[in-house]
Amino acid sequence: MSEEGHPKKSRRHRSATLLACAALVLIAEIGSPAASHAGELNPHDMVLLDRLTWGINASSAAHLQAVGTERWLQEQLHPVAGTALPDGVRSQIEAMPDVHKFPFDIAVSFDQQAKSANQVADPDQRRAAQQVFQQAMNDRGKQAAARSILRALYAPDQLRERMTWFWFNHFNVHQYKANIRVLVGDYEDRAIRPHALGKFRDLLVATLHHPAMLRYLDNSDNAVGHLNENYAREIMELHTMGVGSGYAQSDVEALARILTGLGIDLRPEDPQLKPELRPQLVREGAFEFNPARHDYGDKTFLGHTIKGRGLAEVDEAIDILVHHPATASHLSKQIATYFVSDNPPDSLVQKMAQTFKTTDGDIAAVLSTMVHAPEFIGSLKPGTKFKDPVQYVLSAVRLAYDDKVILNTVPIQSWLNRLSEGLFNHDTPDGYSMISASWSGPGQMMLRFEIARQIGSGSSGLFKPDVPNAVDQPAFPLIANSLYFNGLRQTLGPPTLAALDQAVSPQDWNTLFLSSPEFMR
Amino acid sequence: MNRRDLIKAFAAMAPLTVAGRVWAAPTTDARLLVVFLRGAYDAANVVVPISSDFYRTSRPTLGIAKPDVGNPNSALSLTADWGLHPALRDSIYPLWGKREIAFIPFAGTSDDLTRSHFETQDTIELGQAVAGSRDYRSGFMSRLATELTRVKPISFTEQLPLIFRGKSQIPNIGINSVGKPGVDDRQAGLIKKMYAQSELASSVSEGFRVRDDVYKSISEEMNAANRGAVSPRGFELSARRIGRLMREQFNLGFVDVGGWDTHVNQGAATGYLADRLGELGRALAGFSEEIGPAGWRDTVVVVISEFGRTFRENGDRGTDHGHGSVYWVMGGGINGGRILGEQVKVEQANLFQNRDYPVLTDYRSMFAGLLQRMFGLEAASIQRIFAGVHPAELGLV
Repeated sequence: MSEEGHPKKSRRHRSATLLACAALVLIAEIGSPAASHAGELNPHDMVLLDRLTWGINASSAAHLQAVGTERWLQEQLHPVAGTALPDGVRSQIEAMPDVHKFPFDIAVSFDQQAKSANQVADPDQRRAAQQVFQQAMNDRGKQAAARSILRALYAPDQLRERMTWFWFNHFNVHQYKANIRVLVGDYEDRAIRPHALGKFRDLLVATLHHPAMLRYLDNSDNAVGHLNENYAREIMELHTMGVGSGYAQSDVEALARILTGLGIDLRPEDPQLKPELRPQLVREGAFEFNPARHDYGDKTFLGHTIKGRGLAEVDEAIDILVHHPATASHLSKQIATYFVSDNPPDSLVQKMAQTFKTTDGDIAAVLSTMVHAPEFIGSLKPGTKFKDPVQYVLSAVRLAYDDKVILNTVPIQSWLNRLSEGLFNHDTPDGYSMISASWSGPGQMMLRFEIARQIGSGSSGLFKPDVPNAVDQPAFPLIANSLYFNGLRQTLGPPTLAALDQAVSPQDWNTLFLSSPEFMR
Repeated sequence: MNRRDLIKAFAAMAPLTVAGRVWAAPTTDARLLVVFLRGAYDAANVVVPISSDFYRTSRPTLGIAKPDVGNPNSALSLTADWGLHPALRDSIYPLWGKREIAFIPFAGTSDDLTRSHFETQDTIELGQAVAGSRDYRSGFMSRLATELTRVKPISFTEQLPLIFRGKSQIPNIGINSVGKPGVDDRQAGLIKKMYAQSELASSVSEGFRVRDDVYKSISEEMNAANRGAVSPRGFELSARRIGRLMREQFNLGFVDVGGWDTHVNQGAATGYLADRLGELGRALAGFSEEIGPAGWRDTVVVVISEFGRTFRENGDRGTDHGHGSVYWVMGGGINGGRILGEQVKVEQANLFQNRDYPVLTDYRSMFAGLLQRMFGLEAASIQRIFAGVHPAELGLV
């Protein structure tokens, strides 16, 4: 842990406000004008905001108050097309080279770079070339994480961002397998986010066609006579029906056979095919259905006979999976676990599953059923849902800086990695745990307090662009603001208030507030 | 309670170790470390059935050659039927000669047939029957800790694993990322007060206690490293630190290591799996070195994985999810140098569902038998840890 401490800033603040209480009064007086004349926030709305967004802050609270709860919910469930990111965010994303290229071209150029690095004759030079290549891939992964974090912090369509994280985690891929670092940003931006509030079938199909998934779960190696059942199993176990929901090993094998031939091809020329197979070839970017690798035999899948005929078998199998009642229940339970509690009420899950079935898997409709259900509304009490590390860190940064856009996401990326919930870093396909006990152990709590101290003590590198010779822009986390005095303070218990009273500086006060049991929830 | 102590001393002092009696605090402690290889390691290529022709025909590209002193890539001879992967030559194989390691083939979960990593890892960590409703707040090492006195448990993981969840708060620490704490004692005191009445009170107070203990131990090691010692990395670094901490401060530990899910190009005598094994072997040898000769005599290390892999290689020079695995039991005081548990000839007719090793030794029976002997636990204690389980008599300790 670095011992930076920003001594200059600390002194400035200490000289202004030697006593903690004096500091609070001062900060309260300069609180943001947007909410300065707002009345007290009701606890229900504060919890709702925390529950469905990446964390409450003064501007989002003011907006919710201005439009009212139901209209706010509709805005979140059905965001208008092209909901704008703030300029300061858009310009940072636009500056990233990958967003202006087709992922296929990026993958091809990396593939070529890898090949030429491997061909260098001199071993030392080869190793150096390979390191350059690996570093370039790392940079792509870092950029993708930066985009993800900027959107999570500042996108007005917050619920879509929460669902983007949720679905990425549901259809998890690990960036350090093969070249997935190059693909992961596109996977999130084009396979996940556009469908995060749409139809589940579209989402499943988009992941199934994406090279990141085909590589990660080895389906690019799945061919007739060389069956690899890895992806087939996880589609059933994790992505759709859920484990123990009534499929057998024979169904896994049948689905694996159905998926033979779906893979990745970065070569410009088409594969060599017998003339009668040529019409069956499908290529879309890096995705390829290669009929020569497909098992054209008939299959029995979940009691259905599927005639062997090529890529159309996959559509048929997807229909069977998406319409299976176990899929509606499994997905509803996952969503409810993420937003409501470790053990969401069965009655709530059933209502959501019912909506899933009647709307043909419309995710926004399922979420609407959830947020309007009495079980959900009844759960909107302070302190009921423990934050996972991503939510913890992002909510702290949103609260501390509100709409002042950070210039560097690398500190956030490393905090998330330290807390074991780094973006794109879960190596197994089950994704990160959504159960609170996974994140509240002693070691985890210690790390949170360390990170609370880093976020609370100064700008922590968030306002120093990630370029050589960058200048750190002045910034300080302003947590004891109008939102605090008009709302959050009322949710704190006496032990926390007593500890905050003993803070010796604004930095210390921030650290304690972000370490408090109330802010963990 | 019935904490029983020594391992080696057990045999010598047999008349004193009457079940149910409590003896004075021993001078040395029995210590247990469970190492979970997450991802289902390919057991058949690590403890190799060298006498099986079926093995050779099932693994045309992955098979490890029969022991042959002239071939460095051949298996290392264990018994007439079994050989060890050559990547373990310098680390684990010497322990076999010293009878400090035993292998239990055909081990695993007798009642979990999902072939799902996550489901079966959960099953093993919970140590509860698959049928019926399972209590996800009760892992078997947590239940073990409750049965022991003077127990100092810890999970060397970034997150508290299921195996250690339970009534009392078990500390966890990510052992490779320990640094100087920035939260000072005054802040720690205030934070503990904020949590005093919350349900996370014990998590937070345990956290601060272990944080300071571990940092002290690790900073000594870092000072040593600065004086020119070669620093190990990855799991070897973890295991060495764990050895040091279990020598001094903890006696019941858990650690996991991933990366074993080898569906594609896993390699044979060399390659991906061999590299992982080499690291694992160096790590475990490093652990025994750091815990020291005295500590090692009283320590048992059990290496497990959620299931084995398909006996036949797949079309991608890898292996898919299987069933039976091979468990390792190591320690300075164990009765090792043996292949233990019920066994069958490795041939097609004996495969489970014509694809995997069968499970002939259930993980709970194995642990129950081991824990009973190691700690001198009564039958009732064992039943509280593994309900309805008959302890396996493997004669390990």
